[in-house]
Amino acid sequence: MTRARDGRRLVVAAANRAALALGLRPGLPLAGAQAMVPGLEVAEADPEGDADALADLAAWCLRYSPLTAADPPDGLWIDATGCAHLHGGEAALLDDLLCRLGRAGVAARAAVADTPGAAWAVARHASAPATVVAPGGAADALALLPVAALRLPPGTVAGLRRMGLDLVGQLVAMARAPLARRFGAEVVRRLDEALGHAPGPITPVVPPEAPQHLLAFPEPLLTAEALGHAIGHLAAGLCAGLERAGLGVRRVELIFVRVDDTVAVVRLGLARPTRDPRHLARLLAARLGEVDPGLGVSAARLVAVLAEPLPPGQATAFGEAEEADLAPLVDRLATRFGATRVFRVAPVASAVPERSLRRIPPLEEAAAGWPEGLPRPVRLLTPPQPVEALSALPDHPPVAFTWRGRRHRVRRADGPERVLGEWWRREGERRAVRDYWAVEDEEGRRFWLFRRGDGEEAASGDLAWFLHGLF
Amino acid sequence: MPARGRATTIDQLRADVARLERHAPLPSAATVLPFGVAALDAVLPGGGLPRGALHETVGAGSDVGHGTAAALLVAGILARAGGPVLWVSVRFDLFAPALAGVGLAAGRVTHVEAGRDVLAAMEEGLRHPGLAGVVGEITGRLALTPSRRLQLAAASTGALAFAIRRPARPDDPALAEPNAAATRWRVAPLPSAPPLPHAPEVPGLGRGRWRLDLLRVRGGVPSSWIVEAPDAQGHLALAADLADGSAGAAPAWRAAG
Repeated sequence: MTRARDGRRLVVAAANRAALALGLRPGLPLAGAQAMVPGLEVAEADPEGDADALADLAAWCLRYSPLTAADPPDGLWIDATGCAHLHGGEAALLDDLLCRLGRAGVAARAAVADTPGAAWAVARHASAPATVVAPGGAADALALLPVAALRLPPGTVAGLRRMGLDLVGQLVAMARAPLARRFGAEVVRRLDEALGHAPGPITPVVPPEAPQHLLAFPEPLLTAEALGHAIGHLAAGLCAGLERAGLGVRRVELIFVRVDDTVAVVRLGLARPTRDPRHLARLLAARLGEVDPGLGVSAARLVAVLAEPLPPGQATAFGEAEEADLAPLVDRLATRFGATRVFRVAPVASAVPERSLRRIPPLEEAAAGWPEGLPRPVRLLTPPQPVEALSALPDHPPVAFTWRGRRHRVRRADGPERVLGEWWRREGERRAVRDYWAVEDEEGRRFWLFRRGDGEEAASGDLAWFLHGLF
Repeated sequence: MPARGRATTIDQLRADVARLERHAPLPSAATVLPFGVAALDAVLPGGGLPRGALHETVGAGSDVGHGTAAALLVAGILARAGGPVLWVSVRFDLFAPALAGVGLAAGRVTHVEAGRDVLAAMEEGLRHPGLAGVVGEITGRLALTPSRRLQLAAASTGALAFAIRRPARPDDPALAEPNAAATRWRVAPLPSAPPLPHAPEVPGLGRGRWRLDLLRVRGGVPSSWIVEAPDAQGHLALAADLADGSAGAAPAWRAAG
């Protein structure tokens, strides 16, 4: 339980679940509370700390939607438009949210509704901790909630209750003009906001720290050319802002708001921080095919979801000054073919050939190379293909082998190069041995063969031959 | 007419033909990458492989689908070209240590698995300034128009473009289609020489040996050589025991084909 000063009195500012169960309520004089519950634990209220924590929580909620904001003193907005399906639907999103918050020790209530006003009301005043209001169901959901659910000042709420107007449904049924005259225009405005008759307040539903650029269009845009043009403007605007902030983007989201208030989102990752507007515009324009403009796009917003410091006067982060900048090319190829299909190869310290390399992101520096001077094939067959081979003695190369129905007589050979199993990876490899031979057939074609087993211990392998690569 | 005057006239006529064909001027020493093998460089106009042009390589015999020797030839050339390389394949099956073994370090190569869009990925790379070379492993056709696009893209940035042809069968009709590549090479493995020439009975494998055919070259004469596979720095060499380059001896007098 925390205490705070209200005028000259000390009152209860907030109480945890146990204290609430004992009948303590925020606003109660502290002396009274201590009289009711002997041994009450009291801490000083810390409104600034609470506000900071709320802002952190709002940032954490970005996992659900790109548009979130703190609603002090105790609320959070998440604009889940177009995002809920990513979490298995609206109900699943709420469950996930409350479950995660609960594990973090945060008691919370949540609601999804058509309008921010309705969601605010239902989250705070409905009986269930998580409620999904069906589209168009805001009026029904609100009807039985107290008038305090309309985000009205306490004085107005008290006035309404004096007149016997306790429920939102009663207000809805009343004539609007007298209502506005008697209690002020705010009552009508909040009512309209909650029911979706008036546009909701443009709550700051974007974290203010994310650099972004917004464009609203007088005429809805429909064609790809027009949208491409808009992207050019957005990229220029965003990059100008980034330049001032000394930042470059690693991840951006392009949000199109259609005339019917639905959104389409394009998400884009970049290999290196950049604020080159032409590069950004080109990458985004390449993804326009994914966007369905619906009845037309009335606004567009480009948000730098992840930005990193980038010194002024430099449009893209260079690895080394003299090295050509491949980042734009890598981004274009990754946009087209997928990020995992554009890569470099880096050595791995493993003697087993198929494990001696791994794919790394294309702009990452590879470590030192492979051991030199060993014969290595140009193409590796994955998995190694069994061949029938004739070999005279365990330590000799095969005299001939048959692969894909064709017999190759071995004319020259180099080997064996013994590769031992990596016992620390798999128990089955503890005794395994491969003997590799580079062989040349009568035509001069070269092959990389290995025999499983050392020919002495049965546990080392069954002496079968495999073709692992082609030179 | 004195010999010198005739040479000048022929050079002039070649330049005229090139202009009439609306090609870029024939490569000069500044824009070529020499092989460092006199017999090869002598046949190529400008004394080497022109940068900013498309070159086609193909294997021979049953090896054609794997394109191993062709890939190694290209890797050796690019190892000496310096700078980053984009290597586009349908499905990645290269073994990078082999490229590093001929001097093309893994850190210089960006790989792309482009599926059916190898040519498009190549063009994307060729239009990007700063790459030393772009390699595409082409399993299907390389028709005249796409190859012209690649040639123009290469000319715009000066990168070396290589098309490694990997048809499923050596007699694939797609190989016979004409295209706009500046040179066309065929690499076929040959039985190699003993690793120690003075002691032929010692077992082991020396450098691989190839028959290298220059099947087509703009402004030059098709020729063939017997060469040793690239060394650790990517240099070819004429086969040591045939140092006169017998297969391609006096190539200037061979019939153009």
